[in-house]
Amino acid sequence: MEAVHDHGHEHHPSGIMRWVTTTNHKDIGTLYLFFSLIMFFFAGSLAMGIRAELFQPGLQFMQPNTFNQLTTMHGLIMVFGAIMPAFVGFANWQVPLMIGAPDMALPRLNNWSFWLLPMAAILLVGSFFVPGGAAAGGWTMYPPLFIQGGLSGDMTIFAVHILGISSILGSINIITTIMNMRAPGMTYMKMPLFVWTWFITAFLLVAVMPVLAGAVTMLLTDRHFDTHFFNAAGGGDPVMFQHIFWFFGHPEVYIMILPAFGIVSSIIPTFARKPLFGYASMVYATASIAILSFIVWAHHMYSVGMPTAAQLYFMYATMLIAVPTGVKVFNWIATMWEGSMTFETPMLFAIAFVALFTIGGFTGIVLAVVPVDIQLQDTYYVVAHFHYVLVSGSLFAIFAGAYYWLPKWTGHMYNETLGKWHFWLSMIGFNILFFPQHFLGLAGMPRRIPDYALQFADFNMISSIGGFMFGATQLLFVIVVIKCVRGGTKATAQVWEGADTLEWTIPSPAPYHTFATPPVIK
Amino acid sequence: MAMNVSVKSLVIKLALFAFAMLGFSYAMVPIYKSACDAGWLDATRVDLSNPYANVNRNVDTSNTQVDKSRWITVEFVASTNEKMPWNFEAQQKSVRIHPGEMTNVVYDVVNTTDRETVGVAVPSYGPALAVQYFKKVECFCFTKQVMAPHEHRGMPVVFVVTPDLPKDVNTITLSYTFFEVKS
Repeated sequence: MEAVHDHGHEHHPSGIMRWVTTTNHKDIGTLYLFFSLIMFFFAGSLAMGIRAELFQPGLQFMQPNTFNQLTTMHGLIMVFGAIMPAFVGFANWQVPLMIGAPDMALPRLNNWSFWLLPMAAILLVGSFFVPGGAAAGGWTMYPPLFIQGGLSGDMTIFAVHILGISSILGSINIITTIMNMRAPGMTYMKMPLFVWTWFITAFLLVAVMPVLAGAVTMLLTDRHFDTHFFNAAGGGDPVMFQHIFWFFGHPEVYIMILPAFGIVSSIIPTFARKPLFGYASMVYATASIAILSFIVWAHHMYSVGMPTAAQLYFMYATMLIAVPTGVKVFNWIATMWEGSMTFETPMLFAIAFVALFTIGGFTGIVLAVVPVDIQLQDTYYVVAHFHYVLVSGSLFAIFAGAYYWLPKWTGHMYNETLGKWHFWLSMIGFNILFFPQHFLGLAGMPRRIPDYALQFADFNMISSIGGFMFGATQLLFVIVVIKCVRGGTKATAQVWEGADTLEWTIPSPAPYHTFATPPVIK
Repeated sequence: MAMNVSVKSLVIKLALFAFAMLGFSYAMVPIYKSACDAGWLDATRVDLSNPYANVNRNVDTSNTQVDKSRWITVEFVASTNEKMPWNFEAQQKSVRIHPGEMTNVVYDVVNTTDRETVGVAVPSYGPALAVQYFKKVECFCFTKQVMAPHEHRGMPVVFVVTPDLPKDVNTITLSYTFFEVKS
């Protein structure tokens, strides 16, 4: 086994080299979290540009090609630069603490997994400054359009390769840690649900990131090396890319939500002061969702001309996912039922998660219905759907987790008043931003277009106002984090009255090295 | 018992699994083709054995009648892919015909290289809706054409424009592009 140092004291280089050379899971978790925060603001500012352009009909601020670059890079960077690294940051901090391990199983690999990310970010952000600008064919990179792009297409492909390698290495590390480094007595069915969800997510990542790597490699060879995977004139088929991409893409959307389920499943029992209702069913539901994610991919592409039998299969398989997801939602509600609930910021975000993610789930079932989906394909209804599951789902869970564990990480309580302001303004801004997009989509407004017909003007203006409100509100989060890192009320070890997992048994802030001697699990 | 699994063998297994999935992404190419040939994924195929069958699927000139009251112009555009070393042009730039009239045109093709070259021509139509009224009885498109070094050849196209062509279409442009096929 790789050397895991059993120093009871703090022992690390200072200054920048501490962060470059660190193999400490807490340092690396912090790096991941700050990296994702920076990427969140970069990709968020691209979204502000999108909403500014859509504030009124007509072209005000940018040419269509620039607009397309903004939508493409907003999607790519939010998915691969913000949401996924944030969850890996949580995993690095919390998985060893929650299973009573001294560190990750492969600390040096962990360091490399992180430092690959800034390289990919440089490629993605830098692609805005090459001739022709950033990739503009949508985050899904569909050929033939994507194959025809300029230099930025290659930069995007290499960035995806690097991000994929980083995710695979990180996932191998997490699986190895969970399988080998649990404290004695920490059986699989005693692991906190956050650890379980990450365990399953890591398997999904190892399974599908190579498929994405293969798909973009085919794009690359089609662009430069005369292959014809997706070129009809050479005997290829552009629709095949959609099949390969969504074979990756559907598990990918669960990669972005399962850790959120884990975070919420940690927070709700704490603030309801009751154990999680139906722990075992939560584990099985998570595993079921993961397995089902591999057999539903073509519901993203009902309109490509599949036989009715195939459409029906994908429709029923997709609707089946509502069953394990429903189990989870009902379990969260049952956990809160007759609990002694208090509503600190993490709990507010977690409850908002349950309510709003469920709305996103329902619109997902609507979209699973073939004839409805063919009507709504590529409209703002789809945009509203996936922002309800990714913003009020994944992102709200990330905020919930950040508020929940910040006292453990920094040793200080965050400012509860500012936290509540952040929550309520986010909650209201988010719904003003995305709820009207359901109506726009039902009325037929297409996505990824910088201009629109006049009848869509009012809802777009409302949506943009909500967008600016939501965007500006996120600056509050930065203020809360900076204030919390710098000082504040001293946090106790327990922090939250109802918290009972292992990380709450160590002092706050968590010492640089923890669980050098394995804890005893009752 | 999981705790006894050594880290090294676990990491190797997971890495092999990742590589296997990379291989699977490429294996999806033949799997996709088989699934389309089997009729599971592609509802646009008319003839399962021939992916291009639907391009000319309604070829049926038996009942077409010549509409002498109308004239339409058919223009012929011939181009080659930028990497294609052939000269390719139609003997006539355009013809004026009646809908329903069987028409024969010839394209001249020259292989300008010192090697045997294989090409495939792909047609397109302007306006695009003309494709359903443009019935080709004979065409060199979609089949591999093998040309010896410096060979010259005339390639014929025989077609009928059906009389139900919408009244507002007076000109149809038939455009072929030759691509080189490397074996």
